Amino acid sequence: MSTKIKINSQIFQDSNNIYYPKDESEVSDLIRELYKQDSPTEIIGNNSKSFIGNKTQSANTTSLSKISGIINYRPEELYIKVKACTPINEIEKILNENNQELAFEPIDFGYIKDGKSNKGTVAGYLSCNYAGSRRFKVGSVRDHVLGFKGVNGKGDIIKSGGTVVKNVTGYDLSKLIAGSFGTLVALTEITLKVLPKKDSSKTVIIYPSNLEQIYDFFNKLSSSSSEISGAVFVPEQSKDKDFVTKKNSVFKFNDLKSNISFIAFRVEGDKISIEEKINNLKKELELNNSEISILDVYQSEPFWKKVNNLEIFEKTEHNLLRMVIPPANGSKLCKHLENNHNYFVDWCGSLFWIEVNNKKEEKIKDLKKMAKDFGGYLTVIKTSSEYDYGEAIFTVDKVRLMISEKVKQSFDPKRILNPGKMYRGV
Amino acid sequence: MSEIALPKIDSSILNRKSEIVKKLSKLTNIENVLSEADELRPYETDALSVYTQTPLAVVLPENTEEVSEILKYCHSENIKVVPRGAGTGLSGGALPLQDAILLGLGKFNKILEIDYKNKCVVTQPGVTNLGITHAVQHKGFYYAPDPSSQLACSIGGNVAENSGGVHSLKYGTTTNNILGVQMVMMDGTICRFGGKSFDQEGYDLMGLICGSEGLLGVVTEVTVKILRTPEVVRAALIGFPSIKEGGDAASEIISSGIVPAGMEIMDKALIEATDNFSKAGYPRDAELLLIVELDGTVSEVNELIKKVEAICKKNNCSSLKLSNSEKERLSFWAGRKAAFPACGAMAPDYYCMDGSIPRGKLAEALLEIKKLSEKYELPVANCFHAGDGNLHPLIMFDGNDKEQLRKTEEFGSEILKTCVRLGGVITGEHGVGIEKRELMCEMFNDNDIQQQLSIKKSLDEKNLLNPGKVYPILRKCAEEGRVHVHKNKDKFPDLPRF
Repeated sequence: MSTKIKINSQIFQDSNNIYYPKDESEVSDLIRELYKQDSPTEIIGNNSKSFIGNKTQSANTTSLSKISGIINYRPEELYIKVKACTPINEIEKILNENNQELAFEPIDFGYIKDGKSNKGTVAGYLSCNYAGSRRFKVGSVRDHVLGFKGVNGKGDIIKSGGTVVKNVTGYDLSKLIAGSFGTLVALTEITLKVLPKKDSSKTVIIYPSNLEQIYDFFNKLSSSSSEISGAVFVPEQSKDKDFVTKKNSVFKFNDLKSNISFIAFRVEGDKISIEEKINNLKKELELNNSEISILDVYQSEPFWKKVNNLEIFEKTEHNLLRMVIPPANGSKLCKHLENNHNYFVDWCGSLFWIEVNNKKEEKIKDLKKMAKDFGGYLTVIKTSSEYDYGEAIFTVDKVRLMISEKVKQSFDPKRILNPGKMYRGV
Repeated sequence: MSEIALPKIDSSILNRKSEIVKKLSKLTNIENVLSEADELRPYETDALSVYTQTPLAVVLPENTEEVSEILKYCHSENIKVVPRGAGTGLSGGALPLQDAILLGLGKFNKILEIDYKNKCVVTQPGVTNLGITHAVQHKGFYYAPDPSSQLACSIGGNVAENSGGVHSLKYGTTTNNILGVQMVMMDGTICRFGGKSFDQEGYDLMGLICGSEGLLGVVTEVTVKILRTPEVVRAALIGFPSIKEGGDAASEIISSGIVPAGMEIMDKALIEATDNFSKAGYPRDAELLLIVELDGTVSEVNELIKKVEAICKKNNCSSLKLSNSEKERLSFWAGRKAAFPACGAMAPDYYCMDGSIPRGKLAEALLEIKKLSEKYELPVANCFHAGDGNLHPLIMFDGNDKEQLRKTEEFGSEILKTCVRLGGVITGEHGVGIEKRELMCEMFNDNDIQQQLSIKKSLDEKNLLNPGKVYPILRKCAEEGRVHVHKNKDKFPDLPRF
């Protein structure tokens, strides 16, 4: 019996030749066999974010979607241990029943992909490490992973971390796995830190009169002891009628004027302290004579969902870029983007979501340079159908590429797992 | 000195000492190279002073390029290197080796940039943890992780150990509070991971370096996040008639949705010891003492205090005191911060353990430790970072009595194994170093350890950087794992340890 057939007889394979190992030991058997055969595989979960990153050149596809289910949820210990491809929705549901949440606010990439919600799996989130609006306050996905189990490129089952917050036993591999796009291990088990949900939230909307004011507000907001848990800027972009229409339909709230530029910031906590914080911030931002609107909890919650669903770029056919920079350079970037590209700013001035028209693809190069000059980075999240990959999806300098290759080698010496998903050679 | 297995000494290196010292003196200022016996003595140990080793030479470079040149030279000549920050580590991570250069980062003591707009500080690694807060506190900012040794420990050492502190449940440990590092690899390559922006694209190499105990590179610059000082901080001092009721109250505080800035537990033995030592005014009739610290805006803190009060009363607390001034808040902490010296005053020696357990297992862990204390006939006092599950049992003994020393070692080892059995880990914040090296296999199997060693090999092929630390040399679990303090002579007696 050939090895290929041997794999087939053991592990379910569908008509598209996708392997569906149903547990950790099957993942291990499969990868061990592929390792012997020098035959790389693409690793997928529920396919919600598989469009992000380079296309892998693999003879095989392995879906971990059957490795799903909650293993142990301990609300009082603030952790949940799940099989790697447990859908985020399932986790959010059970957390919600216990008044807890994933504080990093998972982004729903389904909307930009095809206009439908698809949050995908925990493994997908960990592999991308893209956190939502609360990032600047609570950290990213990587800051909420307490431990994992997975299978490396040789087929060995490995683990790191645990279920406790304080743990310095051995290298912190959870961090390394976060954002590794499945190129180091096929994840089988993940333990996440969970946090209590805040009692309530309100969102304050302010309407800055010029670009300089935006970053002055952002700076004051992030310097305040009245902590906020979200701050976005949505520009007017009056020259692009389609964008304006989209903006108005996405951010259609009774108490929000979406046709002009606005900053929205979120305050969470118990009801009394929300009021106190808003009053403090009004003073600190000197808003007493300015027009502001306040979204109550019934508007505030859907508002931030729409932000984190990237609904403003729903089903975009253009290129969607994610740029993260130190906020002090944000004002310059806004100036460059204004009426050039559609965009909005999250993370209190650090994260830019930028849409680059497919006819202006050459501009991605300029933006990449700008990200680098500003001390940040840019990732092409979604490419237009005409994208020629002239500009790489991810950017890496020579030294980091060299180290990344070594790290890859230590987990996956024959480059079996998602080869080329991030960089050539990794 | 206790015996511990260390990597085999390369006698050819020892024989070449004068040539190596000469070469090092060309790579940095001649006065930065120490090689005489009396010059080396202060570097023989870190804060795990039970182990001492004289290094071949000590070199104290002044800039990243010098570090790079020194490492490049050592790499080409197969000379081992042990990096060292302030030497306050409790697990022997900076223990020198006889055939190794000790690379001290003490001259990297400048803050390079304070950037309020980006809420970060760029600093050299030799700056102390508290030094960063001191540099920004006049503008109302601070650096969150606060290991007890923060007065003396260096930020570079914090990165190496991923140091925590009492506030890590709410504010995270070092890894959650740094934005970027510059590092030199063993072959001299200078690299930079992260910067002033959040996260980074590609592998999180900064996350890998943080907590790698000086095995993967030498950190020469760190960019840390700074946070706004909370408007109000208040603490509650709560006594309970039993371990179970106090433990349950701590668990209920967390499960009710409160994330305290800090939450500490002390058992009866420690309440008495610390109260005798520092006259903190603790409730001596209590079996367990809980200190809860809350921060935020005025009404936020008031609201939280009400909730904590209600939970503690429900769990039959025997006393409850709230701080009404900053002075009073600090007085609540005074006893807790004196926990280690208080134990030192009660016995000639003590060992400090550092395991983590799930919060809910506290009562179980304390009962188990009590049983072990009876079995080994050695007194023990316990303090516990209840917020994050980090347990520090302090075993008291007399080191001059060989039998007691042996029993203490067994006792300590059994405690850490208990932590693992209860779902915890062998080290929460002190690091593995040489101290808990052989206990790694309590937590990890061969595959896990091989994967970690394989990363080490990929970044330091010749195993020259801090060899003999973290990973077991013997392929068996030895009976080790503790901080030994003799006659209250901590290497840093002035540092609070909690």
